Amino acid sequence: MTESNYDEIMKLLCDRLSDLTNADVLITPETNLISQLSIDSIKLLNLIMEVEDAFDISIPINVLTDVQTVRELADLVHKIKITSS
Amino acid sequence: MNLLEKLDAAAAARKALLPNGVGAFGIPIEEIFSATEARIGDRRVLLMGTNNYLGLTFAPECIRAAHEAIDKEGTGTTGSRMANGSYFGHRALEREFADFYQCSSSIVFTTGYQANLGTISGLVGPGDTVLIDGDSHASIFDGCILSGANIIRFKHNDMADMEKRLRRLGDNIETTLIIAEGIYSMLGDQAPLADIVQLKNKYGGILLLDEAHSLGVLGKSGQGLVETTGLLNEVDFITGTFSKSLCSIGGFCVSNHPQLEQLRYVSHPYIFTASPSPATIASTRAALELLRKGSHLRDKLWSNCRQLYAQLKEVGYQLGPDPGPVIAAVVATPQQALLLWQQLLEHNIYVNLILPPAAPEGKSLVRCSVNAAHTTEEIRYVGDTFAKLYGAINTQT
Repeated sequence: MTESNYDEIMKLLCDRLSDLTNADVLITPETNLISQLSIDSIKLLNLIMEVEDAFDISIPINVLTDVQTVRELADLVHKIKITSS
Repeated sequence: MNLLEKLDAAAAARKALLPNGVGAFGIPIEEIFSATEARIGDRRVLLMGTNNYLGLTFAPECIRAAHEAIDKEGTGTTGSRMANGSYFGHRALEREFADFYQCSSSIVFTTGYQANLGTISGLVGPGDTVLIDGDSHASIFDGCILSGANIIRFKHNDMADMEKRLRRLGDNIETTLIIAEGIYSMLGDQAPLADIVQLKNKYGGILLLDEAHSLGVLGKSGQGLVETTGLLNEVDFITGTFSKSLCSIGGFCVSNHPQLEQLRYVSHPYIFTASPSPATIASTRAALELLRKGSHLRDKLWSNCRQLYAQLKEVGYQLGPDPGPVIAAVVATPQQALLLWQQLLEHNIYVNLILPPAAPEGKSLVRCSVNAAHTTEEIRYVGDTFAKLYGAINTQT
């Protein structure tokens, strides 16, 4: 997987998170999903399903326990995409 | 933020949603009079928010059986099924469930929650996969977490979405457990079991169906969705609870796979807890017998369900897709849902209030549970009261 694919993942995440949360919050790779965006578990799980469909991968939701920031989520999606290709 | 401050923050969020100490959750029932009536505060209320679908909580056969068991066997087993907690009654109830579902094996658990926790965590482990409906009950979700398996969700009752996710599993399908529910507890809708079975047969996997809300409710003999669909033999494992149609507490799993028996040795929620009390087992056995020959109760239940569903639908409430014992009005905001819940209580009707994130897709629900003991007049009163409140709720912002 290339760097442009990683950028694609990051852009998708930032765009969708922006739709899901307060438009005034600037979303960066370091934004914390819980403490800064207050994204609830249901919204996060639904976002994961969207990301699965966008990249045709399976993201087990149990691995999300280690994810706190947008960058960590992008890293996880990227890693799964690489191993499933 | 330390551990206690986190709890304070959660409490503050709850108080913001439920101002002035409104006790919608865990409301104290001061006295219980019958399957349909109780006292809350100084009000005698109509119970429209219990899971007592067949109305058997005061069935004389069940009460008598429980009394006799206490007299003969004492108040508790004081031990787990694995140790000293497997009495004659526990084993007899397992045989009766196996017979009811025409299955070779059956296990009784101490609660319905533990039936899912114990079955799921016994069947799958780290490296395996569970494919679950997005609206799965917490007991299913927690069982999956406990198992350590990879958890994949599909959109609620969306078979195209489920197929997409099955396809992505590739070779992992061999170690995949698919889980659905006979009736979903939030909106009362049923799983499209025929389609799920078709996909399972196409891709593979093992299928577990939770009949918690459908046991006693669906099917001529009350087996649940497996009976109305004629797909009993296509489902690998069936779980369920005693705390709804059977009016006690406990849970079960049945299967024709002999490997079910192995769960007794690997499933922590089965092993490391005390077994159900003799009175619980005795009343459950009596209730199961009533359930099996209770087609008249199911007829009455469904007549009540159809009556209330039609009445609320006609008024304009947004409901689940089909009539059933769970009839939930979907309300736009938590504030409107709370107002409707309070107004119903002021009209002496107790229902369930379900707010985000407990309700699916951020919805707020005011949920009725209909039972066979409700009279036609009681159902009409509930429908009329909902109708009277409709305008007030929808002008509230």
